[in-house]
Amino acid sequence: MTDIWLTPERVALRDAVTRFTKKHIAPQLSQWEDDGAIPRELHRTMAESGYLGVGFAEEVGGSGGDIIDVSIVAEAIIQAGGSSGLIACLFTHGIAIPHIVASGNTDLIDRYARPTLAGELIGSLGVTEPGGGSDVAAVRTRAVRDGDNYLVTGSKMFITSGVRSDFVTTLVRTGGDGHDGLSLLVIDKGLPGFSVSQPLRKMGWHCSDTAELTFDNTPVPASQLVGGEGEGFVAVMRQFVNERINLAVHGYAVAQRALDLATEYARTRETFGRPIIDRQAIRHKLVKMHRRVAESRALTRSVIERAAAGEEPIADACLAKNSAVEACDYVVDEAVQIFGGAGYLRESEVERHYRDSRILGIGGGTNEILDDLAAKLLGYSSGGKR
Amino acid sequence: MNIVVCVKYVPDAQADRTFSQDNTTDRTNVDGLLSELDEYAVEEALKLAEAGEGEVTVVTVGPDGAAEAIKKALQMGADKGVHVLDDAIHGSDAPATSLVLAEAVKKAAGGSPELVLMGLASTDGTMSVVPAMLAERLGLPQITQLSSLEIADGKVTGRRDSDAASDTLEAPLPAVVSVTDQINEPRYPSFKGIMAAKKKPVETWSLADLGVDAGQVGLESAWTKVESFTARPPREQGEIVTDEGDGGTKLAEFLAKAKLI
Repeated sequence: MTDIWLTPERVALRDAVTRFTKKHIAPQLSQWEDDGAIPRELHRTMAESGYLGVGFAEEVGGSGGDIIDVSIVAEAIIQAGGSSGLIACLFTHGIAIPHIVASGNTDLIDRYARPTLAGELIGSLGVTEPGGGSDVAAVRTRAVRDGDNYLVTGSKMFITSGVRSDFVTTLVRTGGDGHDGLSLLVIDKGLPGFSVSQPLRKMGWHCSDTAELTFDNTPVPASQLVGGEGEGFVAVMRQFVNERINLAVHGYAVAQRALDLATEYARTRETFGRPIIDRQAIRHKLVKMHRRVAESRALTRSVIERAAAGEEPIADACLAKNSAVEACDYVVDEAVQIFGGAGYLRESEVERHYRDSRILGIGGGTNEILDDLAAKLLGYSSGGKR
Repeated sequence: MNIVVCVKYVPDAQADRTFSQDNTTDRTNVDGLLSELDEYAVEEALKLAEAGEGEVTVVTVGPDGAAEAIKKALQMGADKGVHVLDDAIHGSDAPATSLVLAEAVKKAAGGSPELVLMGLASTDGTMSVVPAMLAERLGLPQITQLSSLEIADGKVTGRRDSDAASDTLEAPLPAVVSVTDQINEPRYPSFKGIMAAKKKPVETWSLADLGVDAGQVGLESAWTKVESFTARPPREQGEIVTDEGDGGTKLAEFLAKAKLI
């Protein structure tokens, strides 16, 4: 039986993205980490090669393909010397425009989805607020109808690509308390009362700009509404499944990369006249790292395959992400240990993965929130299975 | 304009390359790919075809795996492919390869092609002679090693850069042209291109299909043969000259000892 991850087309896609990454990303990534952002030109170059639009239909300006192809692009970028942070900022549209596409609003698709997939615009998603992250239904940013506009007031926190983005798909409260009162508005940068903070300084993902956004009676045309009023929560939640799967891919792909780097180092680093890979202590570390990567990849890929087949595996996406995050945390820590002092230096790639990976158990739903959601869905509560 | 691009499937230059038992290039135990220098020819053909109306046909002569080189070119955007596959071709040298290519190019173009594009050289043989041989066999003018190319008024014009000078060359079409790695930046196969390549036509021809006598090609007919080979010795560690105020003198002494000055 043909492995659906190894069809000739997917092998070619992986090969092409690998080559692209080695040429256009890996050599510059350290500089972008220092700069705190990636250049806009990279979005255009990536779009011209057709990789930015993988996973989006050609009818909306994408390149076609499914979540398996999206995962292959992410795996290839990370394993060719890219990073989780690089993907977070280069592919922010993966969380910023799916709701627009799903709404079928051709005006919004033409004005936002299409140019974003062409690398001309950068979008971001505004959900988290200073007062709460994982508790999405508690969003306080308010949008009050005023003639043809909504007047938006509130703030959004930890917004990936928020500094560079041209528009923000923003979860706002148009109605009463609870999730039924939430809607999505596409808000253009530069509107009155819309201000963007300085880039937030972070532990990792340095090349990915992160901002706090503030709205003060910002007038947003009502035509910027994605779907209908009150449909925001469901739209966001539906996309969270994909976001969690994508972050799970980051987890096992970064772990694989760290394992590869550590293995190569262990082969060449000699102590007491022998390469350290010949030491049982190191070999056992490597094989445990290998096992963790294999386990998390197998689980995540099984969930991806179900998602590609049309299922919505909410609980298993939670398990896959947490599994991949645990594997990644374990493997990058061991990789730094194998590198020793060299792994503690800024110029070592494993040092960057070590810092970068810490966010994976926080973003897209914390480990704790996902465990709790999975517990409810799998029936581990007094109420039984839902 | 209908363009034929001749490409070669070569062992990956990044891998450990060696020879087979009969002293021909080992193509079995190493990953192969479209010769990177041929990607520039494919890219130039695609640019010309996109600028006007036309079709790009990719032709290769090689073993089973050579179909991968065609596939890569189709993924980049070429329209169709031709794979000349025949056991008798194994071990062919440049003259024999050019003979097979000439017949394949004529058949693929339905007579005489309007333009034949090739890379500077293959990354395995690195001889750079097949374009000239092919032009001779086709009876067409040749311009080789161009770093720029323009088609206008029934002529191909381009620049050939050398250490001493840059020459502008032109030839009437049809012609055989080889291009260098300075001429363009080859595109990566896009996702759409990868998917579209599945449906593009690829024909496989034997020597008999081309009317080529098997006795004219192959190892036995080759004008040149590899008699023996040895692995390249490992690189020796360089000598570090520490500058303690006399760095210039030490450097000069080093170069003089190596008879470089």
